[in-house]
Amino acid sequence: MSRRPYIRPVSKTTWYMRNKRYKVYVLRELSSFLVAFYTFFTICALAILATDSAEKWDSFLASQQNTGMVVFHAVALLYFLFFQTFPWFKLAPKAMPVQVGENKLPDSFIIIGHYVAWVIVSAFIFWLAGVI
Amino acid sequence: MSTRIRDMELEIMRYDPEKDEAPWFQSYTVPCNEDWVILDAINYVKDNLDTTLAFRWSCHMMVCGSCGMMVNGEPSLTCKTFVRDLPDKVRIEPLENFPIERDLVVVLDDVMQKLHQVQPYIMRKDDPPAEDVEYNQTRGQLMKFKQLTMCINCMCCYAACPQYALNKDFIGPAALTLAHRYNLDNRDQGKSDRLNILADHDGVWDCSFVGACSEVCPKHVDPAAAIQQMKVDGAVEFWKQKMGIVGDKS
Ligand code: SF4
Ligand code: SF4
Ligand code: FES
Repeated sequence: MSRRPYIRPVSKTTWYMRNKRYKVYVLRELSSFLVAFYTFFTICALAILATDSAEKWDSFLASQQNTGMVVFHAVALLYFLFFQTFPWFKLAPKAMPVQVGENKLPDSFIIIGHYVAWVIVSAFIFWLAGVI
Repeated sequence: MSTRIRDMELEIMRYDPEKDEAPWFQSYTVPCNEDWVILDAINYVKDNLDTTLAFRWSCHMMVCGSCGMMVNGEPSLTCKTFVRDLPDKVRIEPLENFPIERDLVVVLDDVMQKLHQVQPYIMRKDDPPAEDVEYNQTRGQLMKFKQLTMCINCMCCYAACPQYALNKDFIGPAALTLAHRYNLDNRDQGKSDRLNILADHDGVWDCSFVGACSEVCPKHVDPAAAIQQMKVDGAVEFWKQKMGIVGDKS
């Protein structure tokens, strides 16, 4: 009787096609491209601001005000909401459980806490930007 | 009690290391009672249709952790997976991400070594402890990690984990969870030792929080949660050591 264990091959390029869970995960990870884009975008915006030229800044703003860019930003926002914000807030109680006395604080407390903090921070940024 | 019988087609992966070059599927038609679990159907095959089929099981009650298999692609404890919840045709494979020893039996040496590697025991600075010393634990202290002690080492989580699929050096969900169980134990003082290993290469940071492990865990241990908590602990420990703050809990 000889041992000859069989190792099932795993494709390095298509492994995520195995099931739905992996596909959703890869979609989540793909948002890193958007993160890269927005990092670049912010740096560009800052560089234009740093030129101290109102004219350049206005033309940068104008370049964002066409349908294409608006649709792009809207899609990116939805993508982040559905593949980052909502799932991460849902998972937050896992990474930071809070135990009071003998019992764990219900997950909903921590999740709602995150949404409240999110609204406050967003409102602050909108206030800074003069939107509200 | 229902006694309804339904014919089910089980497509079972077979592999005989002495004859087969690669695994293949063999179909069996099993008259299943709707109260059965899949393990009963596999036992029916063994008892009535094909005595050569190899698979592991022992307790039939979600305790021993030996009956994990892929059922229609999902890592499952077959003694917990009811026939009534499944379609007429079911595919049964050995747990994914492990080498196949024979038929539905996988080689678990790798995870056994990993479970050992995380030092899953209470470590004390006063080792051996002075005689007559008791280390007390309140209910609240126990509740911090009780859920993590429910693990039965069925390894369904490893079969679900895409990181383990791609990198066999990753310590993986159950072993990391076991380490966290001891880190959270107030009687233990080995947390910084463990974190030095586990927050390093192939440890917690290899986990990308896919959460697949927690979804398939039949005992609701939630390994993904334990690993994320260890990431936080690992980062805190790193800075503590950087700033020269030594010491451990208790
Ligand atoms: S954590 Fe859950 S899935 Fe993983 S070995 Fe333990 S009981 Fe099984
Ligand atoms: S959460 Fe981490 S350990 Fe669990 S399946 Fe995902 S990558 Fe693997
Ligand atoms: S047979 Fe023991 S856990 Fe399933």
